Amino acid sequence: MTTNISFLLNGDEISYDIKDHWTLLHLLREEMGLIGTKEGCGNGECGACTVIVDKLAVNSCLYLAVEADGKTIETIEGLASTEGSLHPLQQSFVDNGGIQCGFCTPGMIMSSKALLDENPDADREEIKHALAGNICRCTGYIQIFESVEAVKGMGGQNE
Amino acid sequence: MSKNNSEFSVVGKRIPKLDAAQKAMGRAEYIQDVKLPGMLFGKILYSKHAHANIVKIDTSKAKALAGVHAVLTGEDVPKKMKMGFIKDNPPIKKGNVCSLRDEVAAVAAISPEIAKKALDLIEIEYEELEGIFDPEKAMEKDSPLVHEHLKSNVLKMPWNIHYGDVEKAEKESAFVVEDRFTTTWVTHCCMGTSGAVALFDASENLTIYTNTQIPSLAHKDFLEALKAMGLENKRVRVIKPVIGGGFGSKLDTYAYEHIAILLAYKCRKPVKIVFDRVEEFKATSTRQPTVTYIKQGCDKNGKLTFRDMRMVLDNGGHTSWGATTPSVMLMPISSLYRVENVKYNAKCVYTNNTYSQAMRGYGNPQATFAIESSMDMLAEKAGIDRIEFRKINKNQSGDETPQGLKITSCGLEECIDAVKEELKFDGKNEKGIGTGIASLIHVGGGARIYGSDGCGAILKMDDYGKVDIFTGGTDMGQGLDNITAQIVAEELGLLAEDINVVHSDTDICPWDVGAHASRSTFVAGNAALGAAKKVKKKIQVFASKLFDVPAQEIELKDKLVFVPGDREKSMLIGKLLRKAHFRPGGTMLMAEHFYDPDNENMGKELKGNMSMTYSFGAHGAKVKVDEETGKVEVLEYVAAHDVGRAINPLLLEGQVYGGVIMGLGYALTEEVTVKDGEIMNANFRDYKLFTAKDAVKIKAPVIETDDKDGPFGAKGIGEPGCVPTAPAIANAIYDAVGVRIKDLPITPEKVLAALKDKNG
Repeated sequence: MTTNISFLLNGDEISYDIKDHWTLLHLLREEMGLIGTKEGCGNGECGACTVIVDKLAVNSCLYLAVEADGKTIETIEGLASTEGSLHPLQQSFVDNGGIQCGFCTPGMIMSSKALLDENPDADREEIKHALAGNICRCTGYIQIFESVEAVKGMGGQNE
Repeated sequence: MSKNNSEFSVVGKRIPKLDAAQKAMGRAEYIQDVKLPGMLFGKILYSKHAHANIVKIDTSKAKALAGVHAVLTGEDVPKKMKMGFIKDNPPIKKGNVCSLRDEVAAVAAISPEIAKKALDLIEIEYEELEGIFDPEKAMEKDSPLVHEHLKSNVLKMPWNIHYGDVEKAEKESAFVVEDRFTTTWVTHCCMGTSGAVALFDASENLTIYTNTQIPSLAHKDFLEALKAMGLENKRVRVIKPVIGGGFGSKLDTYAYEHIAILLAYKCRKPVKIVFDRVEEFKATSTRQPTVTYIKQGCDKNGKLTFRDMRMVLDNGGHTSWGATTPSVMLMPISSLYRVENVKYNAKCVYTNNTYSQAMRGYGNPQATFAIESSMDMLAEKAGIDRIEFRKINKNQSGDETPQGLKITSCGLEECIDAVKEELKFDGKNEKGIGTGIASLIHVGGGARIYGSDGCGAILKMDDYGKVDIFTGGTDMGQGLDNITAQIVAEELGLLAEDINVVHSDTDICPWDVGAHASRSTFVAGNAALGAAKKVKKKIQVFASKLFDVPAQEIELKDKLVFVPGDREKSMLIGKLLRKAHFRPGGTMLMAEHFYDPDNENMGKELKGNMSMTYSFGAHGAKVKVDEETGKVEVLEYVAAHDVGRAINPLLLEGQVYGGVIMGLGYALTEEVTVKDGEIMNANFRDYKLFTAKDAVKIKAPVIETDDKDGPFGAKGIGEPGCVPTAPAIANAIYDAVGVRIKDLPITPEKVLAALKDKNG
């Protein structure tokens, strides 16, 4: 079964014919070539595939593409400005050692962005809670927390 | 003369990872992201039984499925295509299977879904055999045999040493303790799963994209694979995409790589095999589990007299590098603290379980768990304060240990003091709260496991003062690119951003033995430094003619080539390079350097200075044990390391934090649950990694001992972070509630059971 869906992806209006069984992750990665969204487990357990749907961080591996119809979706590719300057969160992850192998990074940054968009002054406990579904095996999380804290109050917005 | 950090321009600076922006933008390409025209997708079928004979395989239905290009069984694998440390493991098994991860067939199809469907259509008839899953039982006389033809489950391995006279020393000891410690399977859990893409060109040369930590050794393995396939004198090119985590998991070549090669050759199309998460848990190798018996003693003054250790290692059904972990375990056993009389025996035993590999620490965490738990027990028996006890026996610069390790620089005492300072070991804890300490020694200057411990580097300068350095070393996220760039930039008076580090393509990069043994900063760092020194000399010689001064008077700094004190004799390095290249009879400023440390292979005697230098550390933990639930909460953690010199403190902290949290998982939560050879928790819900919620505060004091052989004084630090973590926690739990847990992980159930035993 094929369905046509329309959604806003990183600010662009998209219309796409999808198969009903596709996940949002499959649509983004395999069909649209947006490889920044990673598949770490395919079961909603690791958060590597996190994207923001209508302001909420979701595991795109568990989210059916058909559900994206009419929604606003943000992926890691939409964060940096078109001129190439990094979003404050991206820059902070770079500067504070929040990135090692980098596989969890896009999901980690998207979860952090969803948090700061909602709660710009999140404290350490709130950051830990928001990132509880994003597994990182390299960093021990500490420099990730520091990366998020360094942009607190900046609204997490790309302005 | 050793330098202070303030005298460096680039070394010692917190320079962000050079590839971090690419990763932050989601543009880094991992094996998952490699897509080639006409690419097929491979899938592997695993055995249904832990031990069985394969009676019949029928692949006809799978082959008939539309979209399927090839189906392989063990019959299609060339006889000489074998993997593993003793080459006992064909990539697809024929006739007999001896673990549930044994590959029995493989498929290539136009989509992963069709490949999966084809696997379901393969019909296999097995004759089930009795399995053996306990290594100690597998050593018994009447145990079922994993490999019938070997007549025994015990491998022929050389792990049997005796330095000094342990029996005599035991008799003369004032205090002796003895116990048994066990560790179980844990696994790397790289966030990016394993995978490879193989393709052949028209001349039957192989290109393989694979996330390996050993590009050069993999290159050799694949050349041998081609030879086994009848493709002699063909070329192999190994390209390593960005690695989504290594931790030792990629130090061998694996069935999926060989199967991708076989399928690609058969189909004459690129074939990609990428594991899903369940497969990653079930079909990749774990850390080596151990059963350890330890006895050690001291005299009445607390000086260690002997250490006697015996181990049984579950080898699984096939032999990978797990069976060689005793070579590294030997290091803490013989050389963590001064102890003259040492005995060690390890038996590797075949079972029908999964087989093990290298994992961060390479046996050291297992051995150190037993040693450091036992150290606390011995200190208590001798009535000596546990910190004092460790200081009495501390390693020191200039020591040569019974194994022949030459300790060139040692900051162990400073590390112990740093932990003591932070955690206030004053014995005045509230009920249920306790502190623990454990130390470590690890190779910090390479490790001669193979004939060579070398790494090559080629350095070339362009016309504008920028550098391309081609290194054999592998960055897998730990930050070797930065270390390389910072070392080269420091030497040539440039900025780290001026250095482009090229690695991971065997067509371009020189040879290296691999990213293991915490060796990259030291060995690849020295290779890069050697090449930079040679180029610097060429620049000085060239400039000496321009400036008409002796070459040794010329310095390089802030992108300038200049004679100090003479403002006339100064030139931007780019301009000077153009003068070198861009003229008749010009010269190219390039250099290569191969650095092979002057360390020793241990040989048959299992003696020798395996590393040029050793890293030391001490970890301390403060824990709270809930006596109602058995739950252990880590309140504070200190991980102090002697790193020689911190080339990049930001990345160094990242290695320590990441290592410690991995070590805390090892101590408290992580366990691959195996029942009759079957892995029962192949997912992140049931395999308990530390999450952001569990992360604890870590302080990471850095002790700089400026090692004489390290690049700018640096030693390796990749593994130490997770080495003494488990015993530090176990010792803290004992301090808190008086129970000693000798079996990892220390789950609430085990703590509760021990409390119940103690309190009656």
